[in-house]
Amino acid sequence: MSNIYAVTGNEAVANALRQINPDVCAAYPITPQTDLMQRFASFVSDGLVDTEMILVESEHSAMSACVGASAAGGRAVTATSGPGLALMWEILFVASGMRLPILMPVVNRSLSAPLNIHGDHSDAMGARDSGWVQLWSENAQEAYDNTVQALLIAEHMDIRLPIMVCLDGFIISHSIERVEYLDDDIVKNFVGTYKPQNPLLDIQHPKSIGPLILPDLYTEYKRTQHEAMSKVKNIVLKTADDFAKISGRKYSLFETYRLDDAEIGIVILNSAAGTTKDVIDIYREKGIKVGLLKPRLFRPFPYEEIRETLQHLKALCVLDRCDSFGAFGPLYTEIASSLYLSENKPIMINKIYGLGGRDYMPEHAKIVIEELIEIANTGKVKLFKDYLGVRE
Amino acid sequence: MKLKGWKEITPGAVILEAGSSAEFKTGSWRAYKPVWIKENCIQCLFCWLYCPDMAIKVKDGKREEFDYDYCKGCGICALECPGKKGKKAIVMEEEGN
Ligand code: SF4
Ligand code: SF4
Repeated sequence: MSNIYAVTGNEAVANALRQINPDVCAAYPITPQTDLMQRFASFVSDGLVDTEMILVESEHSAMSACVGASAAGGRAVTATSGPGLALMWEILFVASGMRLPILMPVVNRSLSAPLNIHGDHSDAMGARDSGWVQLWSENAQEAYDNTVQALLIAEHMDIRLPIMVCLDGFIISHSIERVEYLDDDIVKNFVGTYKPQNPLLDIQHPKSIGPLILPDLYTEYKRTQHEAMSKVKNIVLKTADDFAKISGRKYSLFETYRLDDAEIGIVILNSAAGTTKDVIDIYREKGIKVGLLKPRLFRPFPYEEIRETLQHLKALCVLDRCDSFGAFGPLYTEIASSLYLSENKPIMINKIYGLGGRDYMPEHAKIVIEELIEIANTGKVKLFKDYLGVRE
Repeated sequence: MKLKGWKEITPGAVILEAGSSAEFKTGSWRAYKPVWIKENCIQCLFCWLYCPDMAIKVKDGKREEFDYDYCKGCGICALECPGKKGKKAIVMEEEGN
């Protein structure tokens, strides 16, 4: 039987969760994630998984229930979007501080106001400092593959950190694409049996969790989180190697497209990378040496590897699908930090695009490439940060 | 007590020893210290009942000295103490005096 299906991003991720068969899932509906958990809840009702589904009254409670379940010693998952992630805020830090390897697909959505339900990275970018590992996904296939790999990364004994798998709301979550699934048995073997660390339900060894830690020790605990994050990169690469063996699909810390000999480049996350690659092909045919870098692991951020990959460029545009008002976009600041130590670095500009689900069209990529050609030729920049595709 | 370095602590601040809170001496938090004036004490044990930190030692049903290792100096005992004939059996004094 063929393993190729025509499914939405939400369907693909829900199917990955079914194959993982977590012990506990606590979820609260929010557009555009709702349909993901609705599908997973059907698997629970149909007896296709052994998961205990907890229907809670808010996302704050969903994450709290995941913290409890994970501390007890179970594999815990949830999923959310935009304002739901915002409501989890307090507990995101509890999950990472307690070193609980919870898995959470984040179907990226904008934040209110004005009220908007569409694709935007403000939610997950806002959570970038919460101590969670973040994997980003261009399409439904990557969202499925990242979800399968995520638990192995999170649960690695050297790190034990919660993990988000980000995919664009509606653009990916609700569009039907070709997705190749792995067999149930293969995923089952790949994710293996969960070995909890210091679980509460090990009642032969009573313990306390969540104690008050005062200024005399708090810094030391934060230092351990920093240490754990510094080990994530290698675990992500090792997991990607193992995943390639079962799937034939190769992943890394980021993806590059026609970048090796490029003179100008674009850095962009998630679904808009696909559109950009098409436009790059058009310009390559005209002899313009343009390439792309699409980050996959955003937290921790692979500064050295990205520096090596981008420093040869003459001009570079980083596109952010959210704004940090009064500052450069969050992706731009990371790329700028990566390149800071290079002697020869590209001139860098930042474009804010696609907010609240605004379509990112080929003409937007063209505007960026034309501007980069101009900057590479003249060395002059009109505006370092600007909005793309906005009406005056 | 020597404070632990970041390489020596349990990930996620999990406390692996049961009943270890006795080792956490909260007495150092105190700014005011309760002082027991024995001659005004009627042994009603209100202080023992109200103390949020079990810092009033009791033996054979009788009140004994404060346990200053854990007394945080909240002053609840002094407030609740009826004393004898209007004279309090607990007064709060500033630490370091
Ligand atoms: S001051 Fe507070 S903590 Fe100390 S003995 Fe009195 S009630 Fe207990
Ligand atoms: S509350 Fe006052 S009078 Fe009563 S036992 Fe305590 S010290 Fe004595």
